[in-house]
Amino acid sequence: MDLLTHKKAIAALLAKVETLARGLPSPLRVMEVCGTHTMTVHRHGLKPLLRKAGVEMISGPGCPVCITPDEFHEAAISLVTGRDDFVLATFGDMTRVPTRRGSLQAAVPASRSSVRVVYSPEESLSLARRGADKEVVFFGTGFETTIPSIALMARKARQAGLGNYSILAALWTIPPPLRAVLESGEVRLSGFLYPGHVSAIIGTAPYEFVAREFGLPGAIGGFEPADILLGIVSILEQIRDGEPKVANAYGRVVRPEGNPAARAVMDEVLEPADAHWRGLGMIPGSGLRLKPEFADFDAVRKYGLDLASAGKDLPGCRCGEILRGVIAPPDCQLFGRACAPDFPRGPCMVSFEGACFVHFKYRDVTHG
Amino acid sequence: MCLGIPVKVVEIDSAGETGKVDYLGTKVPTSFALLPSLEVGDWVIVHAGFAISRLDEAEARETLELLREIVEKSEEPGEPAGFP
Repeated sequence: MDLLTHKKAIAALLAKVETLARGLPSPLRVMEVCGTHTMTVHRHGLKPLLRKAGVEMISGPGCPVCITPDEFHEAAISLVTGRDDFVLATFGDMTRVPTRRGSLQAAVPASRSSVRVVYSPEESLSLARRGADKEVVFFGTGFETTIPSIALMARKARQAGLGNYSILAALWTIPPPLRAVLESGEVRLSGFLYPGHVSAIIGTAPYEFVAREFGLPGAIGGFEPADILLGIVSILEQIRDGEPKVANAYGRVVRPEGNPAARAVMDEVLEPADAHWRGLGMIPGSGLRLKPEFADFDAVRKYGLDLASAGKDLPGCRCGEILRGVIAPPDCQLFGRACAPDFPRGPCMVSFEGACFVHFKYRDVTHG
Repeated sequence: MCLGIPVKVVEIDSAGETGKVDYLGTKVPTSFALLPSLEVGDWVIVHAGFAISRLDEAEARETLELLREIVEKSEEPGEPAGFP
C-alpha cells in the first residue's frame, strides 16, 4: 500500500488534478463532508497543494461532536450532576464541549456518580453489567459509521434484561444535511467528497439524489492521501464530461450495497426523526431515535429529558457557519485568540476532527 | 469520529461475534457482530471496537494499478512536470 502515500504518486495525482482543473471553469470548490477527511487533507498538507492545483477544499458538517447541539450536552450534564449513583459514559471529545452550563469534564457529579470516557460502546454496556447498583447512561453520538454499534447495545441490553442501562442517542445521518447545504445555496460547490466509512455502512445509493436532482458530481474517498486525490480526480473528470454521478474511489472498503448486517441492526432498533443540527438547524428525518419497543433503553424517555428547545451557541462562536462551509475557521474572530484547543469556545475547536481544531493544529502547514 | 483502521483478524471466538485483530503487533479484542462470516487472515476496518467492513483484495489491487498507471503516464515526456 506504499503507493497510497508515495511522494511520486501524490505528485503525479496533483499534476493530474492541475491539468484537469486548468480546463474547467473556476472556482472549483469541493466539500469534504467527513471530519476524518478534513484531518487527512490538512495533516498531509493537501489543502495548500490542492489550492495551488486549482481546487479549494471546504470542510462540511461531518463531525458528530461538532453538530450535536448544546441541549444534548446540557441534558447529560444535568443527569450526572443531579442524580446519585449514576454513570454517564461517552466518547472522550464529548466531555470537553463547552456549553452555557459548562462541560461534562468540568461538571461536579452528584454523590457516587461519575463521567466515564469509553472508546467502544461495548464498554458502556460492561459498566452497566459490572455496576448493577448504578444507573448507566451512554451518551452516544455518531454518524452511520458508529450508529450500528450503538444500536446493537440497545438490543444486547434488552436481551440481557439490563434495567440500569439506557442510551442518550445523538445520532445523525449524513445524506439529509447534504441536501440542506445544497438547498440553502449559501455556498457554491463543484462536488462532494463523500465520507468513506459512513459509505461502508450505507453504500452508494443514498447519495444519488445529489447527482440526479442537483447535477453535482461526487466521489467516495478513502483516508490515505492518494485516496483523497483519486476522489478529486474523479470529481473533476465528472465535471469535464458533464456526467455527475456517485463514484466509488474507495472500492477496497466500500461495497455498492454497504454493510447490510449493520443496517439491519439499525433498522431493528432505530427509526428516523427530525433533528436539530448545530449550524444547520432542524433537518427533517436527519436523526435517529430508539423505536418504542426499545423505550426502556431510551434515556430521553426514561428520564423525561427536554431536548426540544432550540440550541444557542456560545457568544461569538461561529461553529455553525463553519459547519455549513460558509466561512473558514480563520474567519472567526475567536480563532487562535480567545479560542484554541486548550480553551475551546465551541465544539469545532474541541473535536480532533473539528474544522477549527484541525486548522489550528496544522496552521503552519495550511496557512504558511 | 469516523476514524477506521485497517487490521488483520487473528482470532475468532466460537460464536463468531467477537475475536481479536492484530494492530501493530498487539492483539486487540474486537466485535465482529456487525460483520458476519469473517475468517482468520481477513483484513477489516475497525471503528470504535467494531469491524465494519472487510477489505477487498481485488479492489485494492485495482486501485494500486490505477495509481501505477497515473505515475507512469506522468513520467512520459510531453506531460506537465509533477510538482512541487
